[in-house]
Amino acid sequence: MAATRLERNERLIRLSLLLIAFSAVSILLVITVFIFAEGTPIMFKYGLKKFLFSLDWFPLEKSYGLLPMIIGSLYVTGGALVIGVPFGLACAVVLTEFSSKRLRRLLKPIIELLAGIPSVVFGFIGVVILIPFIRDNLGGPGFSVLAASIILGIMILPTIISISIDSLEAVPRSYREGSIALGATRWQTTRMVMLPAAKSGIIASIILGMGRAIGETMAVIMIAGNAATIPRSPLDPVRTLTSNIALELGYAAGEHRQALFATGVILFLIIMILNTIANLTSMKRKP
Amino acid sequence: MSRAFCPKCGLVLGLPLVVLLGVLSGCARSPAQRGLVVAGSTSVQPFADHWAEFYMKEHPGRVVNVQGGGSSAGIQAARQGAADIGMSSRELKPEEKDLLEVIVAWDGLAIIVHPENGIDGLSLEQVQGLFSGNIDTWGSLGEPEHAVTVVTREEGSGTRSTFQEMLMKKSRITPRAIVQDSNGTVREIVANDPHSIGYISLGLVNEKVKALRFEGVEPSYENIEQKKYRLIRPFLFVTKGHPNPAAQDFINFVLSRRMQELIRDDGLIPIFRED
Amino acid sequence: MNISINPRTEQSVVRVLLWIFTAITVFILFFIIFYVLKRGLPVVSLEFLTRNPAEMGKAGGIFSTIVGTVALTLLAILIATPLGVGSAIFLTEYTRENWVTRVIRFGSECLAGIPSIIFGLFGFILFVTKLGFGWSLLSGGLTLAFMILPLIIRTSEEAIRSVPYAYREVSFSLGSTKWQTVTRVVLPSALPGIATGVILSVGRSIGETAAVIFTAGSSLHLPTSLFSSSRTMSVHFYILAREGISMDNAYGTAAVLIIAILSINVLAYSLMNRFMRRYC
Repeated sequence: MAATRLERNERLIRLSLLLIAFSAVSILLVITVFIFAEGTPIMFKYGLKKFLFSLDWFPLEKSYGLLPMIIGSLYVTGGALVIGVPFGLACAVVLTEFSSKRLRRLLKPIIELLAGIPSVVFGFIGVVILIPFIRDNLGGPGFSVLAASIILGIMILPTIISISIDSLEAVPRSYREGSIALGATRWQTTRMVMLPAAKSGIIASIILGMGRAIGETMAVIMIAGNAATIPRSPLDPVRTLTSNIALELGYAAGEHRQALFATGVILFLIIMILNTIANLTSMKRKP
Repeated sequence: MSRAFCPKCGLVLGLPLVVLLGVLSGCARSPAQRGLVVAGSTSVQPFADHWAEFYMKEHPGRVVNVQGGGSSAGIQAARQGAADIGMSSRELKPEEKDLLEVIVAWDGLAIIVHPENGIDGLSLEQVQGLFSGNIDTWGSLGEPEHAVTVVTREEGSGTRSTFQEMLMKKSRITPRAIVQDSNGTVREIVANDPHSIGYISLGLVNEKVKALRFEGVEPSYENIEQKKYRLIRPFLFVTKGHPNPAAQDFINFVLSRRMQELIRDDGLIPIFRED
Repeated sequence: MNISINPRTEQSVVRVLLWIFTAITVFILFFIIFYVLKRGLPVVSLEFLTRNPAEMGKAGGIFSTIVGTVALTLLAILIATPLGVGSAIFLTEYTRENWVTRVIRFGSECLAGIPSIIFGLFGFILFVTKLGFGWSLLSGGLTLAFMILPLIIRTSEEAIRSVPYAYREVSFSLGSTKWQTVTRVVLPSALPGIATGVILSVGRSIGETAAVIFTAGSSLHLPTSLFSSSRTMSVHFYILAREGISMDNAYGTAAVLIIAILSINVLAYSLMNRFMRRYC
């Protein structure tokens, strides 16, 4: 079979693209494998139960209990959602259902731009404005679960708002028009028709926001206080899994370093679970 | 039909990549290309930076890069070759003694509070009580009643190690303390929180915070010279084996009389006495 | 007794509440930007932008950090874009949708969501320590490239897939080869979408701090080679602000950062608009 030059070129191109794709995938694999390879041995050597549920994180004494940090991440992320979701959804609903299209066209891109502000700027605002306020008016050192929740909540607002607006806009107009034709007020329509219809997209936005909150490091280091104990109140300082890695990364050696990678494994698994949930909910809506 | 991946292709790609990485990692080590890397203690960092500024001005073409990370990180970096010189603000531990150390300055450890705090000095028991969490309100020390906010460095910090060894001894710093990873940040927090207490390098104390008397002795330059204030620690430059020529040159520069006078003005204690 | 609220009153009440929430939200978001710009813009001058930091950042400008940021971002884009776009082309045009491509897509999405500190950890251990690159533009650039690769693959894939199949059909029916179709028909149509992904990655890289501080280091000196350490603007801002070295300079750096990122995002958004207008 005589391969024409064109065919040979095509095959060469296909091969090169294959190599490129292979390298890219290898990189993705290397990252994943590296983290798991460095992190899993110690989880089993130290005992998974002790690792996840022990309260004592004293790495220089070989004690690697992650529970305070796991709870720290949970509290801070939960707090961020408590603040981000109501305000974000309210904003999305107002911009799609209760205001003019022009206002939405103006505000939505601006809000999306705000998603690009570096996290260290948010953290800094937290330090100069929020922490003195909490310390002087609410008590505690100011560096607290509350401060972290507020700042993280603000940081995930653009994500929740913009994706929720997209989901609400994607609901067919006939839904809204049908409901109004039946005599419902706009709010009744929103509450009983539009929001349920956009549910999967809104849930996806919340999950994305959650992912961002869990993964945030710099802002949290600046405002959460980094105390490695379980906070007794929202005004107590707290340390998250990500801050833990950042604080100790520079000098961790041997087992300690592996413990940090193990923390990475846990974060990886959490993100994987969140992504799977997001994929499943968005798949459900397809008729 | 399409086979997504073929193992032979992987080999064809993998080989040149490995060679490339190998070559790159070989060229990485010369300070001539990347500049002298000095990394470690955040206590030493501002002064090393000051020295580096002068060094680079007087030796145009030579580059010195100063980084933070903490004493333990610096020692590790020196050991693993990421840094030519590691900076440490604590003594080397027994298992670290295989590295070469040079004392480049002495520094006091200062216990600091907010300038408006009425306390002027503390005893050893009071320091231990405050930092371990046993004394958790200022009321027990005669000040207006309020909870104490303890601020500490991270575990890998040389400043914290020194503090732990010299002051806390067997007691642990309370896990409820606020943890920050540089002296400058600790100072900022104490400067803004009227109910806080922390410890930093004496050389970093400024008018924003108040350094307390320890066992009645004022943390001052003179008191350290006269051995009255005993909370001092050495600033070390640590290298793995003999320093390379560029590093040795910088170390000699730093040990020169002129550079030692410089840091005396900065608030450190030079390694020689004035005679 | 069943009390029923008049739906109209309910709507009025809810409407007021929602508008309050919205006003607070918008106010906070705008306030943050204006606060930083108000305190930072006065500090920004030509001198600020062109001089190197002195006295650990207390004096001087931010020139070396600007160079560091640009160098690092450029390096990351140069590595990640060919790899990402090439893979996207291969995955969409040259293979059939099967479990392998789905796994790759899922893996890509997961990695896009991994906290950046994990990349910092990875980069520090692999590039800085094990491979001996030290704190350098190379370590930082590679780490950032790895970080934005999943994002570029994902956005490029979406962009290429949304090119209508009809375009390809017409091209094939005119006798062109696969590669000709890809380069002359598919890619040009997908280009705005791909460009958007790249530009968004640029925005992300510029604002990235956690991954950079552990791989590129924080040297104030102007970087002279791929192996020199360098400080980016985000890292510089972080250090200045936390240690109280100079609040003015911190705000100035933040202002420059915010303006740079906002401009880049505006660019991405207008490109995306052009992309949308072609197909909607």
